[in-house]
Amino acid sequence: MAVRVKEGQDVRKIVRTLVEQHGSEKAELIPILHEINGQFGYISDEAIKELSEQMTLPTSHIYSVATFYRMLSTEPRGRHVIQFCESAPCHVAGGRLVWEKLQSELNLSKGETSEDDKWTLLTTSCLGVCGVGPVMIIDNDIYGNVAPEQVPDILGNYE
Amino acid sequence: MAYFRSHVLVSVDPVCVEKGAYQLFDALQDEIVRQGLVDEVQVLETSRIGDPEAEGPDLMVYPEAVHYANLSVDDVPFLVEEHFLKGRVAEKYAREIAVSTDEELSAPQAKEVRIVLKNIGEIDPLNIEEYIARDGYLALGKVLTEMSPEETIQVVLDSGLRGRGGAGFPTGLKWRFIRNAEGNHKYMICNADEGDPGAFANRRVLEGDPHSVIEGMIIGAYAAGSHQGYIYCRAEYPIAVKTMKTAIEQARNLGLLGDDILGSGFSFDLEVRMGAGAFVCGEETALMASIEGKRGEPKPRPPFPAQKGLWGEPSNINNVETYSNVPQIILNGPEWFASLGYEKSKGTKTFSMAGDVKNTGLIEVPFGITLQEIIYDVGGGIKEDKHFKAVQTGGPMGGCLPEAFLDLPMDYEALAEAGSILGSGGLVIMDEDTCMVDIARFFMEFTQDESCGKCTPCRVGTRRILEILTRICEGKGKPDDINTLRYLCDQINENSLCGLGKGAPNPVKSTLEHFLDEYEAHIFEKRCPAKVCKALIRFEIQEDLCTGCTLCARNCPVDAITGERRQPHVIDPDICIKCGICEQLCPYDAIEIN
Repeated sequence: MAVRVKEGQDVRKIVRTLVEQHGSEKAELIPILHEINGQFGYISDEAIKELSEQMTLPTSHIYSVATFYRMLSTEPRGRHVIQFCESAPCHVAGGRLVWEKLQSELNLSKGETSEDDKWTLLTTSCLGVCGVGPVMIIDNDIYGNVAPEQVPDILGNYE
Repeated sequence: MAYFRSHVLVSVDPVCVEKGAYQLFDALQDEIVRQGLVDEVQVLETSRIGDPEAEGPDLMVYPEAVHYANLSVDDVPFLVEEHFLKGRVAEKYAREIAVSTDEELSAPQAKEVRIVLKNIGEIDPLNIEEYIARDGYLALGKVLTEMSPEETIQVVLDSGLRGRGGAGFPTGLKWRFIRNAEGNHKYMICNADEGDPGAFANRRVLEGDPHSVIEGMIIGAYAAGSHQGYIYCRAEYPIAVKTMKTAIEQARNLGLLGDDILGSGFSFDLEVRMGAGAFVCGEETALMASIEGKRGEPKPRPPFPAQKGLWGEPSNINNVETYSNVPQIILNGPEWFASLGYEKSKGTKTFSMAGDVKNTGLIEVPFGITLQEIIYDVGGGIKEDKHFKAVQTGGPMGGCLPEAFLDLPMDYEALAEAGSILGSGGLVIMDEDTCMVDIARFFMEFTQDESCGKCTPCRVGTRRILEILTRICEGKGKPDDINTLRYLCDQINENSLCGLGKGAPNPVKSTLEHFLDEYEAHIFEKRCPAKVCKALIRFEIQEDLCTGCTLCARNCPVDAITGERRQPHVIDPDICIKCGICEQLCPYDAIEIN
């Protein structure tokens, strides 16, 4: 989830390359959006416009798809994205206290990005590792059996 | 054939290879030749032995079963001399194998029968040969060379296999519909969008035994007359996606996928498609819309996918676990499969146990086993020996069943009759400290969030329910709320478009039925009997138990606790945020929740 492409890189060029790699069939839209989201951290208006031209799909269709799926974002996100599992097994295993600690530690609510663009705090649907709940993911690192008092240390691992 | 007195198995796990496993292998060969042991000791490659990061490169010597770890080429002369010439263990390099414990899947318990999970943890999922060595693709060979499509369908029908995604539709019948349907193309789809919180059986099968799913799909495709298949896997499972892609590639390389499979003239190929985080995509019509590159919104049925599915063509959708059962049914016969299970539910079912049970994780048991047996015999009972309160079966759209249902047999029909579902096999077990109103609110939050918004009963109805439940948990419940909830539950259930909406009221409906007293306590007495709902509880320090150790005061995040050292402390209820830290920390159990 950490953003791999720096500001100023040519969005349109990257989108064109992706369409060349995947092909321009409609069924490829979601895989391509995944890649754009992975590289830029979100799907910008510019990316949507370029995709629309390359795939001959209306921008409205692309926007409707990009906003439908939870893992795709049309808003810029922080350098590090925290996804906390809000599912029942994690909730029952004490997840609520961890979630509260995360919010108070970062001073963010669900879906918010910090002013310094360091953190975005999100919840995620079940990650299927319920045996070690509560679970959270920061960028691509997964943390299991998280206790509230571990939260500051875990966050401290990120620059 | 030569007989060797010793076999040396060198791990060529990718990490070990990076650390020089092949150089080690060559050095061993050379040294064994040099010492004149070439007729006595054989050096072979094997997959991972110990933890490659910590112990690689490593090797095993059989028959002694000695594990040597962290070896380099320079260690070889000494090792060969000690072990094979002098015949003693080179203690310097010998290591116990670091056994990694699998927190999700332990060794089978007494009442388990493993069909779907039998290979998991036993074979290297990234090596097709290990699957083949355990009779993998034997069923496919049998079907393609000895059985007609109609015979294949009949065997699956006779076995009694039903959809493991939760709907329980007979699998053979589904395949027959596709076989008889008119269309230019027919598609075989595997629903690997295991979104139910608490369910992870499919993930373990995809990651641990991918070829059983692929083999089941090819057999199904042959029976149904399909030549193209898709595995739709949720993006939250990146390892599963990667494993499936590797497995497909390996199967293709061996001619088990693609044109003219095993020279039979039958062709079928497979692709993995990824979701992007939408729970509703587990619903079959929504799933197909997502494969087509659209919003994953369900469509009204009819037409059913068997008539008009993916790209308007006849399409068969089965769950991961359903496909994974198929090769075993072909190999062992339908009678064997039908002999396991109960009444109309045959075979086994995997369950993912989570919550307040001692042994959380994945199990596989024959249908007909009771909840009591699952929770106490297989699951080891409730954590900290607390009292069982309820179990939610079948994921977020399942009902919460109380103690009176513990002797209920696990079976599609019996669960439906009890007001719950089998669903994906999730079991969330709750102890006496759980507030059932809070749990109902929690599940409604989930379904409300995941409602795709297409139909009004689900979109608006779940929100109204959530508002009412939230208000009840906050101590603002109104006398008429229970009736309103019941009305909303019925309306949403009857009028929603897809299974998500139809099932959404189940947690509320079942808790209203079995735990009405808790709702009433919240609404009429403004009291949370389980002491969970924050607005309705107060933390107090019991003077006679408090020793004034100051631990709570030092750890209170809002400085609500005051008092002199060695004197009883006091919590200021106006400042207290009810985080519960003091209660967890107090060594004297002096904090009371009222």
